[in-house]
Amino acid sequence: MAKNGKSELLVAALENGTVIDHIPSDKVFDVVNLLGLTSIDTPITIGANLSSRKMGTKGIIKIADKFFSEKELSKLSVIAPNIVLNIIRGYEVVEKKKISMPDEVRGIVKCNNPKCITNHEPMTTVFDVVDKENGTIRCRYCNKDIHKGDIRLL
Amino acid sequence: MDQTGRSLISLEGLDREDILWLLGHAAKFEANPNSKILDGKIVATLFFEPSTRTRLSFETAVNRLGGRVIGFSDAATTSSSKGETLKDTIMMVSNYADLIIMRHYLEGAARYASEVSPVPIINAGDGANQHPSQTMLDLYSMLKTQGRLDDLNIYLVGDLKYGRTVHSMLTAMRFFNPTFHFISPDELKMPEEYKEYCRIHGIKFQEHSSFDEDTIADADILYMTRVQRERFTDLMEYERVKDMFILRNDMLRKTKPNLRILHPLPRVNEITQDVDDNPKAYYFQQAKNGLFVREALICNALNLLK
Repeated sequence: MAKNGKSELLVAALENGTVIDHIPSDKVFDVVNLLGLTSIDTPITIGANLSSRKMGTKGIIKIADKFFSEKELSKLSVIAPNIVLNIIRGYEVVEKKKISMPDEVRGIVKCNNPKCITNHEPMTTVFDVVDKENGTIRCRYCNKDIHKGDIRLL
Repeated sequence: MDQTGRSLISLEGLDREDILWLLGHAAKFEANPNSKILDGKIVATLFFEPSTRTRLSFETAVNRLGGRVIGFSDAATTSSSKGETLKDTIMMVSNYADLIIMRHYLEGAARYASEVSPVPIINAGDGANQHPSQTMLDLYSMLKTQGRLDDLNIYLVGDLKYGRTVHSMLTAMRFFNPTFHFISPDELKMPEEYKEYCRIHGIKFQEHSSFDEDTIADADILYMTRVQRERFTDLMEYERVKDMFILRNDMLRKTKPNLRILHPLPRVNEITQDVDDNPKAYYFQQAKNGLFVREALICNALNLLK
């Protein structure tokens, strides 16, 4: 992030909480939904279409006084594998972590095969992650692969 | 043998020994197809999509082994046409039957059924996905006619893009060091993901675009499938290739004596009638083998094989 004063004003410092950085601009609200941020009552700052040297534009979300479990965060990997998480305590970044894809993705992604049983029954979708590097997942029911760019959320 | 319970959903979880063990039991059923081993058992055949030959084969298998059959052959006559979920249908039927054999038009339906059902499920085809009993009877037919499954030259002809049977054969044969030859029109070529599968598993293959007597001269197995008009986006292309992948008797002159011609049936015109009298034609016996293989699969699902 640029170090001049104006940019820093856009995203105010956090005392304790989680900063989710390097979110692709078009995925910001997917992240909001996946983490259930609409039902959190601590302060949340959501920035979208901010300039980024690495990505062109990016999104950033700051959630005060909230820390997420690995399981909750791993959900994010299916939509944005390069997200960076900053854990903040006492205005300091105490931990910086990249999220990794879990071995299975349950109840988040919709199968793109219109003839898949999961699109016709009231049931939970399950995908096995077959290629973590390229972000390819395979429907456990119809065996069709979905590649990173084609992943759609339920 | 890792299946969900004793269900048979796909052949994915079976290894070389499992396959040979099941085929060995199929041979025993062929030697002795009638018995009372299923006495007192009720088997449900739920065909949400009509498939006459598969259903008759499974039902004959149950009847020949002394079991009884309940079920339906068309979802239009069941409550799924009223909007009942598959889960509810399966839960209801599992109250009555010891085993459910199901065919469904949706992919993954059998796996889901096996997750909710307290009784084992045999997948008799789920959309374009899996049809394990067909693959097992193909393997049985190859083993029976060649005396082995190892090191065969297998020629797959016709629709290799959508053909479910040819895809399952690739995966099931990975334990037996086959050499595959893919012969198809351009539009219906073997998809890249299956060729990649072959590379990963060290399965040898060659692709051919012409189908003639020289191409097939070295075949042990010629596996024919139907080139369907509705698979083509370009109907001009269909008209151009539709007669290029037809097997005629005079194309078999140079073939090896042990060659056998397989076809999952129904055949339309991709094998001409004059091939039927050639001793290398094996597709009708192949269908008959389905009975013995299904007897073995049913008894395995009910844990009756030793």
